[in-house]
Amino acid sequence: MIKIKKRWEIPESEVTPESLYLRRREFMKAAGTIGGALLLNPWAAAQASLEIGDYKKKAVSLDEEITEEEDATSYNNFYEFGTGKEDPKKHSKRFKTDDWQITVSGECAKPGTYGLEDMVRPFPIEERIYRLRCVEAWSMVIPWLGIPLGSILKTFEPTAKAKYIGFKTLHDPVRMPGQQRAVLNWPYREGLTIAEAMHPLTILSVGMYGKTMPNQNGAPIRLVVPWKYGFKSIKSIVGIEFSEEQPLTSWNMAAPGEYGFYSNVNPEVNHPRWSQKKERRIGEIFKRETLMFNGYGEEVAELYDDLDLTVNF
Amino acid sequence: MWFTAALKSVYAKPVIHLLCLIPFSALLWAAFNDGLGANPVEKLTHETGDWTLRLLLITLSISPLRQWTGQAAFVRFRRILGLYTFFYGCCHFSIWFIADHSLDLVGMIEDIVERPYITLGFSALMLMLPLAITSNQAMMRRLGKKWKTLHQLVYLIISLGILHFVWLVKADYLEPTIYAIIALILLAHRVGPIKRFSVKSFLVAR
Repeated sequence: MIKIKKRWEIPESEVTPESLYLRRREFMKAAGTIGGALLLNPWAAAQASLEIGDYKKKAVSLDEEITEEEDATSYNNFYEFGTGKEDPKKHSKRFKTDDWQITVSGECAKPGTYGLEDMVRPFPIEERIYRLRCVEAWSMVIPWLGIPLGSILKTFEPTAKAKYIGFKTLHDPVRMPGQQRAVLNWPYREGLTIAEAMHPLTILSVGMYGKTMPNQNGAPIRLVVPWKYGFKSIKSIVGIEFSEEQPLTSWNMAAPGEYGFYSNVNPEVNHPRWSQKKERRIGEIFKRETLMFNGYGEEVAELYDDLDLTVNF
Repeated sequence: MWFTAALKSVYAKPVIHLLCLIPFSALLWAAFNDGLGANPVEKLTHETGDWTLRLLLITLSISPLRQWTGQAAFVRFRRILGLYTFFYGCCHFSIWFIADHSLDLVGMIEDIVERPYITLGFSALMLMLPLAITSNQAMMRRLGKKWKTLHQLVYLIISLGILHFVWLVKADYLEPTIYAIIALILLAHRVGPIKRFSVKSFLVAR
């Protein structure tokens, strides 16, 4: 049993004001710099995207052919760098992710701004080979490197009021030139229920194909929820918010009749404009059948036992 | 004038043929040289669709060009351009039928009936068929005045084609908007005051 402490159960002494957290980080950083100078601490220098050291190979595997790395890194939907499939690779070359920070807020005991290293490094990195199904009816098989989102979220001690998690992508039209056009309402927003977020298949990913996450795939840290359409797996995350209310999500804001909050892969519920029954696996010519929950029904179907999936699409 | 001479030259038509075949050859070349990216089917579908619309707009610009420049010889190229539009439209349709529907006729018809954007695209292609069939001199002569009426279907076809494009876009409407603006200008020419505008009279008036 996981016992989640209620908000009022946390003694006042344990609640550290955010300002102190920030100061603590500054202190740690300063200490790191000094330590680095003395001991050549490799983490003392400004960090780019997370270095992938050792990782647990094939923690979750799949008996399907892995998509060519070249395809997975050159055919992307990442409107922050342009709406064409080849735009993200082209326009994200100079995107720097040094000293990446993620702000955690809302219904949790330990809100604050955390450095990427601090957030991720305590956990072992796992390789997870998942299917990725885009709402546009194409799919890939990708070996992600990441950490179960639940493990990370627990460190922030969500309160009993935390029913949902909302995520935000970086909003910086200079670094992300695609944001200079109002194609979507920036910043990009996504969200999950707490049960979906805590599900062991849900990960925060920091790399793929044994390497650090490429910019065009959502560097330095992105969500991967394999049973949902790809757009739910938000990229380049800078904000995580625990909330009692369902958070706003970008595609739902853009076209509420077409993209629901849940957006589970479902061949029975068509997009209003096109069919979701079939998909084209990248690398293949002809289409194949789309699987319910993208083939992860055994693991996740119970999350939706009480939901009418044609209404809650 | 050299321009008039060029338009009337015996080489003009072969040049237009070659120009119209450039996109097709480029796609064919790319297809056999791994140059279509991660999703070659999607690339081919989008490219042939784009070229169908572009060529249709170019075809529609012949009359205005003739009027604005006073060069009647432009009309020599209208049939070729129209037929290449139909050719790219057929490529577009075939790729979709073969790769998206694996030649399954029932599945394809279902898709045409169920999805409005496909209904529009398919209707546009079907309406091009009688225009392609009646594009030769013999048919022109046989149909007489009716020919012109029949070929006014092209205005409906371009409208359907652009709506077909707009309807499948997820969020970025830039490209279909550009096509729509060009189409509106070309159509406005047929009804509005721009019709009487010509470069020659404009210059003379000065």
